[in-house]
Amino acid sequence: MLLTGGTAALQAGTEAGSQSGAGAFVPFLPGLVVLLPLIGFVINGVLALLHARASAVAVRNGGELDLDGPGGRPLTHTLPTWVGPGVVGLAFLITLVNFVRMLGVHLEEPVVRTYWTWIDTGTFHVAAALQLDQLSMVMMLVVTGVSFLIHVFSVGYMGDDPAYPRYFAYLNLFVFFMLTLVMASSYALMFVGWEGVGLCSYLLIGFWFTDREKADAGKKAFVVNRIGDFGFLVAMFLLFSRFHTLDFVPVFHGAAAGLAYGGGLITAITLFFFLGATGKSAQIPLYIWLPDAMAGPTPVSALIHAATMVTAGVYMVARSSVLYALSPVGSATVAGVGALTAFFAATIALKQYDIKKVLAYSTVSQLGYMFVGVGVGAYAAGIFHLMTHAFFKGLLFLGAGAIIHSMHHALHHTHSHADAQDMRNMGGLRKYMPITWIVMWVATLAISGVWPFAGFFSKDEIIWQAGAFGGAAHAPYPRLYTFYWILALAAALLTAFYMTRLMVMTFHGPNRTGTEESRHLRETPAVMWIPLVTLAALSLFGGWINVPEKLHQSFLGLFGALPMGEWMHHWLEPVTAAAQQIQATHLGAVSESAPFGGGEVLWGVVSFLLAVAVIAFAWRMVGSRKYVPAEESPADTGFARVLNRKWYVDELYDTIVVRPLKSTSRFCWKVIDAGVIDGIVNGLGYLARGLGWFGSLFQTGTVNTYALILSLGVLVILGVVIF
Amino acid sequence: MNAILTAIGYQSWILHALIWLPVLGMGLVLWVEEERAKTVAFWWSLGVFVLSLGLWWVFDPNSGAMQLQTSAPWIPAWGINYSLGVDGISLFMVLLTTFTSVAAILGSFNYVKQRQRAFYALMLMLEAAVVGVFCATDLFLFYVFFELSLVPMYFIVGIWGGERRIYAAIKFFLFTALGSLLMLVGILYLFFKAKALLGVPTFAYADLLQVPLTLHEQIWLFSAFALAFAVKVPIFPLHTWLPDAHVEAPTPGSVVLAAVLLKMGTYGFFRFVLPLFPGAAMQPTVVTVMLTLGIAGIIYTAWVAAVQPDAKKLVAYTSVAHMGFVVIGVFALTVNGLQGGLMVMISHGLSTGALFLLLGMMYERRHTRLIDAFGGIGRVTPWFATAFVITALASIGLPGTSGFVGEFLALLGTFETHKIMAGFAATGVIFAAYYMLPMVQKVFYNPLDKPESRAMKDLSHREIAILAPMVALMILIGWYPTPILRRMEPSVRAVIERVESATPAATATSEPSTAPAPNPTTDLAEAREPSAARRSPGEAVDASPGTRDHGAHDAAHPMTRTTS
Repeated sequence: MLLTGGTAALQAGTEAGSQSGAGAFVPFLPGLVVLLPLIGFVINGVLALLHARASAVAVRNGGELDLDGPGGRPLTHTLPTWVGPGVVGLAFLITLVNFVRMLGVHLEEPVVRTYWTWIDTGTFHVAAALQLDQLSMVMMLVVTGVSFLIHVFSVGYMGDDPAYPRYFAYLNLFVFFMLTLVMASSYALMFVGWEGVGLCSYLLIGFWFTDREKADAGKKAFVVNRIGDFGFLVAMFLLFSRFHTLDFVPVFHGAAAGLAYGGGLITAITLFFFLGATGKSAQIPLYIWLPDAMAGPTPVSALIHAATMVTAGVYMVARSSVLYALSPVGSATVAGVGALTAFFAATIALKQYDIKKVLAYSTVSQLGYMFVGVGVGAYAAGIFHLMTHAFFKGLLFLGAGAIIHSMHHALHHTHSHADAQDMRNMGGLRKYMPITWIVMWVATLAISGVWPFAGFFSKDEIIWQAGAFGGAAHAPYPRLYTFYWILALAAALLTAFYMTRLMVMTFHGPNRTGTEESRHLRETPAVMWIPLVTLAALSLFGGWINVPEKLHQSFLGLFGALPMGEWMHHWLEPVTAAAQQIQATHLGAVSESAPFGGGEVLWGVVSFLLAVAVIAFAWRMVGSRKYVPAEESPADTGFARVLNRKWYVDELYDTIVVRPLKSTSRFCWKVIDAGVIDGIVNGLGYLARGLGWFGSLFQTGTVNTYALILSLGVLVILGVVIF
Repeated sequence: MNAILTAIGYQSWILHALIWLPVLGMGLVLWVEEERAKTVAFWWSLGVFVLSLGLWWVFDPNSGAMQLQTSAPWIPAWGINYSLGVDGISLFMVLLTTFTSVAAILGSFNYVKQRQRAFYALMLMLEAAVVGVFCATDLFLFYVFFELSLVPMYFIVGIWGGERRIYAAIKFFLFTALGSLLMLVGILYLFFKAKALLGVPTFAYADLLQVPLTLHEQIWLFSAFALAFAVKVPIFPLHTWLPDAHVEAPTPGSVVLAAVLLKMGTYGFFRFVLPLFPGAAMQPTVVTVMLTLGIAGIIYTAWVAAVQPDAKKLVAYTSVAHMGFVVIGVFALTVNGLQGGLMVMISHGLSTGALFLLLGMMYERRHTRLIDAFGGIGRVTPWFATAFVITALASIGLPGTSGFVGEFLALLGTFETHKIMAGFAATGVIFAAYYMLPMVQKVFYNPLDKPESRAMKDLSHREIAILAPMVALMILIGWYPTPILRRMEPSVRAVIERVESATPAATATSEPSTAPAPNPTTDLAEAREPSAARRSPGEAVDASPGTRDHGAHDAAHPMTRTTS
């Protein structure tokens, strides 16, 4: 149905948007952008099923499917190489065409393409419809573009995996759901993508499902995400009870026109939506699944758990900018949770040894920044950081993947069981992997906020906006925002530290892999380093499309020589205009200076210098430490141990949530269900049987007994009648 | 399609055929030799299912009234008629029954080895009785079918069941029979009231709807009916017969039990409890009690399910949780809630029916259903694992599957009238993941460390033939439930209108023998004006002409239930 219905709908889809200005935006096959990955999923899925059936036979016979046997690799293993990246690449090209078309026109209202009526009960109507506007366009570009690069990288990374076709089937399915999420024209359809990406995340974290730890991690991700999804559901119900629709356009118009600023309803809606965001985007208190999610293949961590899926919460808040602008409490919560998470996760990242765990906590921390951005009404800044983060964090994860790939290869040669992801087993890799080394430094400088890398512009703007927001004429909680601003600044310093530590431990100093093993350390093949280099270029230049105006005019923007200053800000204007207006009305102008004085340019320079100083400090401090391979390392002690054990939050949740729930469940089963309820049921049964037994006592079959009972009965009745 | 069906007079005989063809099939199955019984039963039930598909086309989606009505006097002296009909509420239950019967019969080929003729004859008898329940428009006839369906199920559990089958069969029988006795008293009370009012004896549904009842009477009768159906559903705390029955029942018994027998209970609420006793159903206390029990079912049984060591018992408990969504959907008394409840019924029939089939296949291979006895079998049975995981996801209501549409609408409908209650019920989505995913993990994921597991065979062609249509339907309905919802809507609206107009005057003045459902077309026409005006400005964006699949009906979405 999907395929035929979809293609039929591609033609049938009608454009129902309206726009003003010169020329009209005519979308180019937007349905195909979503449909292509789905087609890829179906093809790869069928291949995967056939492939798995063949390998199951081998497993049943006590062996494994031999991929490199005579006759070469089976078609089921080779076709996904072309189908998987191919469909996503095509989707990216179609997105580009649409982007170019949209560039030429000034689109005021989103263009909505309706394909079919999804649910219609008569009182609730929601269509399978895609929305194209500036925001969804940015997301489509990021999702299809970064996905394509990571799909290509995966060809190298996963090529020898026995379940290769299944991998690409899941990956394509993920892209399908992610595009559904960002292109949906209603909260209901967005929720399909929202839970769909969660499903793919679950399937891919537990991709190597016979490993109990990995399967556990997948399950944890799904269950924790469902807690967030509960919030999303309730928020949708609240919206529906007020607006009788879940379509974006009418909801936002209705909210801007009819909802009281700071009212109870809008506060509840925004907070419940944000609960959903904390699940999907790994914020306090639901961030705990993301570090565990590193159990999945590393390209999955790059794509799903860094570049795209985890940013869905940020996108959702930006999409709902009108709602959040109407709710000062909701926005303050978003920014506050974001700032706290940014700082808290960064502290944990300081003492992790697993290279992917460092990056995982770093992602949690960076997502916190994005929430600070969208929480202080800087929606464009939040989305801007989302984009640059997709570049440099995608690059960092892929780089980590390249390292792990190489380490595995080396350790495999000597059948060593050392941990290929533990940075204490690395060191000095720059000799063996020069390309990876360089691109990883580019990403590190970007994430640390060093001028002129992408992260400098995007992160700095968020920090600045947090400070400036607190200084607005009618800012709701000015002191609170000052606190957020300090947290964000501090987290930036921690970021520079843990990233430098990561680089020094992996690439610099002496090698700790082992003499025999180190001979087999190799640079990755071209299919893997080309995506790395592409992302490195984006991490370097990607920030230049949105240099804040003040910086743009100063030497930090080369006095206007950097192209496209404030571009993204202007580009997203039609989407965020309503929210900005609400904010301008209720808050007044934002401050021109940071909480303790100083303008944007000054603080830009300060944060740049601080970042450089921290990098230098970390370089010296980490570089002077003598690391030894993981197995010989003593356990951390004191505060370092607390950080290494992640503040014991998992243990805390286990004690206050998981175990009580399990024991309550057991109590319900053993005591209430089997004891009380069935006790009563069986008791009634025994009572009936007992009465029957009592009655049967009189059925002796002896005429004398019957006569006796009869006479007694007559006597009793007579007695009653007479007296 | 319609022309062909009309040419063969389909409309006049189909409902009779759906009841009597299985009965005829019983004779045939008993007549052929033992080894061929299953083949005959399968092809026969498949034929019945194919015949029933025509209902999709001949059913008029714009009418909320009973359709394809036929009637013949049965016991004229008591005004009992053999009268049948379907509306948007029963249509899908009938289709679900004929579909499930085929799947269950095909699924028992390897499971049932003894007394095959008797077994398949009972399965066909069960099909006939359940179709009868959903089609009867005479309360006496309904009661007969309702009780009749107990008999084959009792024997299926009692003869082909597991070790504690006798305990389970008796528990099942006593629970449900005791419940329905109270309903019989209620039906007779209505009968005598109707006789006094109309002067003639009648058990016709349409006539009994006209009986004016005081609120006091309604509450008593409501209790009698609701209790009978609550046992069947089952609603917490009357659910303990279900896990026992499921665990002891043979696979096909479990499939039919979950997919359709439970639906007889929820169907009773839609068909009888709400329309007959609207005054009682509107009572805030009644609504609160029923919603609370529904929520208790959703949350409590999810918890209990999560700690079951036996996979089949786990799924049995989840049935109670799913039925909790139906209960809240019904007593939300909103169009969305009722339609959501019906969708949950359909989806649960598909997904839980398929889960029981899958567990049966697992049991046939390993002769155990203990979750801990498995592990890592996704490696050796990838197709089986795929079917299981998709079905499990549909069961826990993942968007894009049928399960989501039902649960979402039921919750949405409940939220319209009872915000806090719906909020609690919505936590069910969390606990669904909590009970289902660990089971999936322990069975299909984790290390493949048991030699018996390593030898497990993947799906056979027959098993693929059973599961593929079910999985396909779960996904199809998840993405395009509109044709189903559209056929339900007028009937559901009629129920809602009847409940909302439940003032004593309204029931007393309406004339006997008029159709119970007000014509929904005029109704929509009335509602169109104000609702069109209420449409928000941006709505025009997606309401482009030619893209919506049911034009005029679609043009307005009246909010029948303005929040009171």
